[in-house]
Amino acid sequence: MSTLAHIFEAAGMATIALGSVKDQIKNAAPPRGLWCDFPLGRPLGIPQNAEFQHRVLAEAFSLLDSKQTVFKEYDIAIRDEGTEVMACALPPRHDPKAHPAVDEANGLRPAYERALAKYGNRIGAGRTIPSEQISEAIESFIRVAEGTPWKEAGVPGIPARVSQDIRGYYETAALALSDHAPEAWAGTRWFLDHTEAGKVVLSARQAMADAGEKQPIWFYMVPGDR
Amino acid sequence: MTDSDVKAMTADIEVPSFKVAAFTSPVKLSEAKVAIVTSASLHHPDDEGFSPGDVGYRVLESNKRDYVLGHWSPNFDAIGYALDINTVFPIDRLDELAARGIIGSVSDKHLSYAGNQFELSAIRMDSGPAGAKFLKEQDVDIVLLTPV
Repeated sequence: MSTLAHIFEAAGMATIALGSVKDQIKNAAPPRGLWCDFPLGRPLGIPQNAEFQHRVLAEAFSLLDSKQTVFKEYDIAIRDEGTEVMACALPPRHDPKAHPAVDEANGLRPAYERALAKYGNRIGAGRTIPSEQISEAIESFIRVAEGTPWKEAGVPGIPARVSQDIRGYYETAALALSDHAPEAWAGTRWFLDHTEAGKVVLSARQAMADAGEKQPIWFYMVPGDR
Repeated sequence: MTDSDVKAMTADIEVPSFKVAAFTSPVKLSEAKVAIVTSASLHHPDDEGFSPGDVGYRVLESNKRDYVLGHWSPNFDAIGYALDINTVFPIDRLDELAARGIIGSVSDKHLSYAGNQFELSAIRMDSGPAGAKFLKEQDVDIVLLTPV
């Protein structure tokens, strides 16, 4: 982001770069940088809060008053304490013969479809596998978790990208199961820690790590601090 | 898992250095045309999505709102954007500022790149300058850059 700021500034446009990671924006030193200590993914701070977003923009545009390069810290921080989890009701068991994660994913489809209709596919689920194949993808990760090498388990793509689509499917469905804007990461924590599919993804990732698979193949299946 | 844990992973990532930082004196904000440039890999469903390592850019138009978050990193919250695109791409906020006369106007065109790139030479030498030229051709005066 800051690299682009330097390039656009050199082309004759005044730039203001927002940054969420202090060291990154401070060290890259864009001509005008505003560090906002907000969660990653939310550079304007709070969704569905126009007043808050306008305040951030006002601070950003105020940097244009400086006659020289400037770095500033925004005076409000939004810290993720790692505790909030989306409260999304999961579907009851429908097909006792199916693995719980597969049954769960199938049961969430109406919520996924409702969220798509309301918000569109903003999260970008379905970039590697169409949503119709989510259950098959989960089944392949179940096999990986049980010890099948991922290349023999029918994983329909690079595991990290397939995992991204499963998470996107679940987080999109979550939009239809919640009535408020959750804190950052609350949806991801719900998926990873409170759903059967999340457990499968984590187990498959661990199995690949234990099997000595190349780290980029499995590491990016979930946020890197997991 | 917390946001600070994820941010801490970026502590050792080297950032590019610019020996001479360019500095452009801005036109008056109330007369300026403003564009957004985001590194969130936003793209329209009708346009080509971003591949991992994609160093190109996509043009975003002011009159559309159905943009897909095409970033391949798992290391950010996507639900904020899903609920409100202004969380990343504050196009409605800019429209409101223009209506109030605080900024001169909002560009019809904006740009999106893929952040989380470790090899930046192509962006520095090619797609970055190309995107800047494109926005200059739109008579953009001020660029607001947003990450994810």
